[in-house]
Amino acid sequence: MKITVNVWRQKDADTKGQMVTYPLDEVDEHMSFLEMLDVLNEKLTIDGEDPVAFDSDCREGICGTCGVVINGIPHGPEVTTTCQLHMRTFSDGDVIDIEPWRAGAFPVVKDLVVDRGAFDRIIQAGGYISAPTGSAVEANNIPVPKADADHAFEAATCIGCGACVAACPNGSAMLFTASKITHLGLLPQGQPERDSRVIGMIEQHDAEGFGGCTNIGECTAACPKGIPLDVISRLNRDLLGALGRQSIGS
Amino acid sequence: MKRTPATRSTVALKYLMAVSGLIMIGYLLLHMYGNLKVFAGKEAFDEYAHHLRTFGEPMLPYEGLLWIVRVVLLAAILAHIYAVVVLWRRNRAAAGVVGARRYHSSKNRTGIQRSYASFTMRWGGIVVLAFIVYHLLHLTANVIHPGGASDSPYERVVNGFEIWWVVASYTVAMLAVGFHLWHGIWSALTTLGGNRSANRIDSRLTGIAVVVTLVIVLGFLLPPWAILLGLEG
Repeated sequence: MKITVNVWRQKDADTKGQMVTYPLDEVDEHMSFLEMLDVLNEKLTIDGEDPVAFDSDCREGICGTCGVVINGIPHGPEVTTTCQLHMRTFSDGDVIDIEPWRAGAFPVVKDLVVDRGAFDRIIQAGGYISAPTGSAVEANNIPVPKADADHAFEAATCIGCGACVAACPNGSAMLFTASKITHLGLLPQGQPERDSRVIGMIEQHDAEGFGGCTNIGECTAACPKGIPLDVISRLNRDLLGALGRQSIGS
Repeated sequence: MKRTPATRSTVALKYLMAVSGLIMIGYLLLHMYGNLKVFAGKEAFDEYAHHLRTFGEPMLPYEGLLWIVRVVLLAAILAHIYAVVVLWRRNRAAAGVVGARRYHSSKNRTGIQRSYASFTMRWGGIVVLAFIVYHLLHLTANVIHPGGASDSPYERVVNGFEIWWVVASYTVAMLAVGFHLWHGIWSALTTLGGNRSANRIDSRLTGIAVVVTLVIVLGFLLPPWAILLGLEG
């Protein structure tokens, strides 16, 4: 199939970027979206041009490294990661717009690559448990209700790709932050640090310059892992409780 | 990177927004109840209006309850506006591009599943605020009195709503209020931790928001339209 791609080209963080158009004549519908970009880059390299920089690693939808905004939607029209999106989703003759995640807290490094270090710092502010867990214990030693285990697992599938921020009209990272709060807050091991976790992570979320949540739900709709929106309400409940306990000094 | 305490975080501001909004919704429901008294006739309507002023006497002074309500409402409106201004500025910067479109692609400009109501929260809020000023000048302060002034609250209402453009302006305003509540009620309840659903559309809270919105919009539109059509009895 023949397609045309409009790609965001930006030399480095300080240079102003722009959309550049490239026609591609031999795209196989079985290619993944990233393989299509590989083909473009081979062509650019042969032509002596700078290849398009983009992030990718596992290419099987589990690492969260890849991710671009395709036709205005993070990871494109299917509910999956960019690497698991295939060209058969598109039609012959399509014009596809490809842009980096756009957010104040995700500065563009080059072309389609953004710096998502802000996510790491939010995790450092509380997205962990500090209890020494040793080697895996007998699974039935710590009972966890099945519904809680399932919901915690759903939240734990977050791969930290940043699509939620790119989709949110407010550039909020609430879905990402809330998925960690939910994942750890539903399990017994997460209880001792539950209050300090939500306070620390929200403070860091705001310090990184992410916006506030207006409950529009674009994050959940764009999330390649389908993280449910109710995790944000859980974060809100946890913070309300934590601030309440903090103010009465217990 | 400088951290501000969680008590002043975006989430805390959203709590303020939600609680102040819910206070105003509570007032709207009481206000709507009063309006519907119009169907009980002039005597009952004017008696209700008078009763609001003498409520709680002698423990409260004349118009005491009214002033308590006014102070609470003013505080709620100011808190609501304060929260939105701080968050709006912050959110614009957080979206990465100020003063231009965020994404260059002309496709999917309305996102994946965004509602019209969610797009119009901020401008719709300004329309509602402008309406409140107009409405207070009209029926509270009686500075503008289309159809003629009167000492009787009932007559003020009827005089005004016998004019088509007054009804039209109130109808437009109520539609703006309706859109604001449609997203606002869902959002407030979710902010306060009430959502248990995987997405916005399937949530029970969306159902609650729709029902409350319809009750308020229809409840407020009934008296003006009934008066315009001469059905108020």
